[in-house]
Amino acid sequence: MSKLTFARAINAGLRKSLENDPKVVLMGEDIGSLGGVFRVTDGLQKDFGKHRVIDSPLAESGIIGTAVGLAYRGYRPVCEIQFDGFIYPAFDQIVSQVAKMHYRTQGRVKMPITIRVPFGGGIGSPEHHSESPEAYFTHTSGLRVVAVSNPQDAYTMIQQAIASDDPVLYFEPKRRYHDKGDVDETLDLSTALPLDKAAVVTKGSDVTLVAYGPLVKTAKDAAMAAADEGISVEVIDLRSLAPVDYPVVETSVRKTGRLVITHEAGQSGGLGAEIAASITERCFHYLESAPVRITGFDVPYPYSKLEMHHLPDLDRILDGVDRALGRRNSLSGLEG
Amino acid sequence: MLTDQAGKGVHHDTPRPGHSAQNPLRTGGDLLQLVSPDGERISHPEFDIWVKDIGDEQLCSLYEDMTVIRRIDAEATALQRQGELALWPPLLGQEAAQIGSSRSLRDDDFVFPSYRESGVAYVRGAHLSEIARVWRGNASYGWDPLRINLATPQIIIGSQSLHATGYAMGVQLDGANTAVLAYFGDGATSEGDVNEAMVFAASYQAPVVFFCQNNHWAISEPVRVQSHVQLADRPTGFGIPSMRVDGNDVLAVMAATRVALDRARKGGGPTFIEAVTYRMGPHTTADDPTRYRDPIELEDWAAKDPILRLRKLLEAKGLLTEDVETRVKAKADAVAAELRSSCIDMPDPQPLDVFNHVYSTPNSWIERQKDHYSRYLNSFNQPVEEGAL
Repeated sequence: MSKLTFARAINAGLRKSLENDPKVVLMGEDIGSLGGVFRVTDGLQKDFGKHRVIDSPLAESGIIGTAVGLAYRGYRPVCEIQFDGFIYPAFDQIVSQVAKMHYRTQGRVKMPITIRVPFGGGIGSPEHHSESPEAYFTHTSGLRVVAVSNPQDAYTMIQQAIASDDPVLYFEPKRRYHDKGDVDETLDLSTALPLDKAAVVTKGSDVTLVAYGPLVKTAKDAAMAAADEGISVEVIDLRSLAPVDYPVVETSVRKTGRLVITHEAGQSGGLGAEIAASITERCFHYLESAPVRITGFDVPYPYSKLEMHHLPDLDRILDGVDRALGRRNSLSGLEG
Repeated sequence: MLTDQAGKGVHHDTPRPGHSAQNPLRTGGDLLQLVSPDGERISHPEFDIWVKDIGDEQLCSLYEDMTVIRRIDAEATALQRQGELALWPPLLGQEAAQIGSSRSLRDDDFVFPSYRESGVAYVRGAHLSEIARVWRGNASYGWDPLRINLATPQIIIGSQSLHATGYAMGVQLDGANTAVLAYFGDGATSEGDVNEAMVFAASYQAPVVFFCQNNHWAISEPVRVQSHVQLADRPTGFGIPSMRVDGNDVLAVMAATRVALDRARKGGGPTFIEAVTYRMGPHTTADDPTRYRDPIELEDWAAKDPILRLRKLLEAKGLLTEDVETRVKAKADAVAAELRSSCIDMPDPQPLDVFNHVYSTPNSWIERQKDHYSRYLNSFNQPVEEGAL
């Protein structure tokens, strides 16, 4: 067991994949000698060579489109999109090619491509550096989408994503890059929790709180604060956003009867909407109150001095927990 | 004049990779032509050597392939009119461009086509039913790409140029001497992906050939909407040498493609070929070119018809015997008949196939929807009990 930062844990996972499979190649902007703008790929080009850790031209569609060709040739490309807000030039290649190739060819051509995306806010950046675009991709059939919340998962899930024969969007919470955690580097991938499974990270009995990526830590902190008031919150780290592991969420909601979902992305058409609808369909009769969404607003990601208002924090999540429980909250007395 | 990518003469004291007397490159400007529209063989000091092995038999074989794919095209168009195909993108007029280029490839080369390269698919060994099934709506792919080293028809304009470049980067990593060829049209040269593909290909010197069939029309938009310079001049800015060839001259197309493929195999990097041709038919069977195209233009190009031109050459050489004519016609008729029967006899996909192969591993969302839809379909087979409604 070693103590690693989030960024070093991904680095260690990438290193392991590069060591274990000669078909793994890394591509991205500034990932070589610089080691990436967040240093996630630090040292990998030096150790594995420029042919396997490739500094690409500044063209996101080009990165993903050439990865499609590499996958055709039998490679497992791992592409880094430098920031969430820079992924859109690659949107067509991801949605029209990466996601559909397996279906188009009826399984004859596989797309084992991993697309790493630092996402989310909280680092005081200018526009385009703090977005949460995951719902665009969870809405796209053919992609698997995951968001990691801690160094151990970051280490394990990057390897699982690379080993997956299906394309994986791997969202990394950039404001957690420097958080440290225990990482068992000897963990056997075959016995690790599968990539498409959610995890109950705090046990509880009164309210189910669903989070992923950067907000898992906030959700756990909120559960601890709620416990001080005698409220038992069960926190679920979704890990996989497409598909969502509904059985785990269902089991929890059947027990608690109350559901709060939190994410940084805007509310309308977001993952919270899908989870609220699906859980309502699947266990309507177990619900004691309407599902509550605590999310970013339906605004463009704001300038950094306002981002603390946009991002769900511990208090806003607790306010949502109060709403789910019918306790006094900021919207008490408001119809609808 | 022959120029290299820097626009200077190619007469270097020290030959650079891919630039040698056997490997002529030119940029834009003059159109490479080895057979005139009247069927006259025009000798060329640099390019003749690249087709010197094309003897009488080979010429007849090229003629056969071009005739057969024109017949496939006509039959498929008829099948669409009869409701047997949902849509068909005709290749009429582009037979020399498609046959000349695809007949230059090796089996181990990999090809990334657009949606109009049915002639290329025929040459690569796709079954006729495989060519038809995408357009009948029975599948989203035609052939197994890994069986004949030909990617599935690409509908997103220019997207495949990046796939070809990435594949070529993989070839480099493998240390293989395979070449990769991407087909696209004049409209695609405006797409970001084609331009990004040229950036990547030049940056890594990937063994890829960009084969642009300039058929003058992107649905209703003439090529001048895409570019104010000749398309073959564009790659120069990316550091990629180019050739501009008469796309209705099968020998010129072959020579240029062979030069480019040879260059790719020898580590010389990417090459761009502009094959100047003409889309004599509509964009697809859903299109009506009379709304935007001057009929005189079509007449002009009909006089430069690629098959007519090859026939004239064969006639001049005394090769167009009754024997050859009969054999080629019989082959074309047989292929057309097989296309028709394989199309009509094609089994329909089953309803639950809609869920298959989205992922390579089971997916809980799709499994659930498949299960629910299966139950829904089965519900039509259940007897309705009296009073149940």
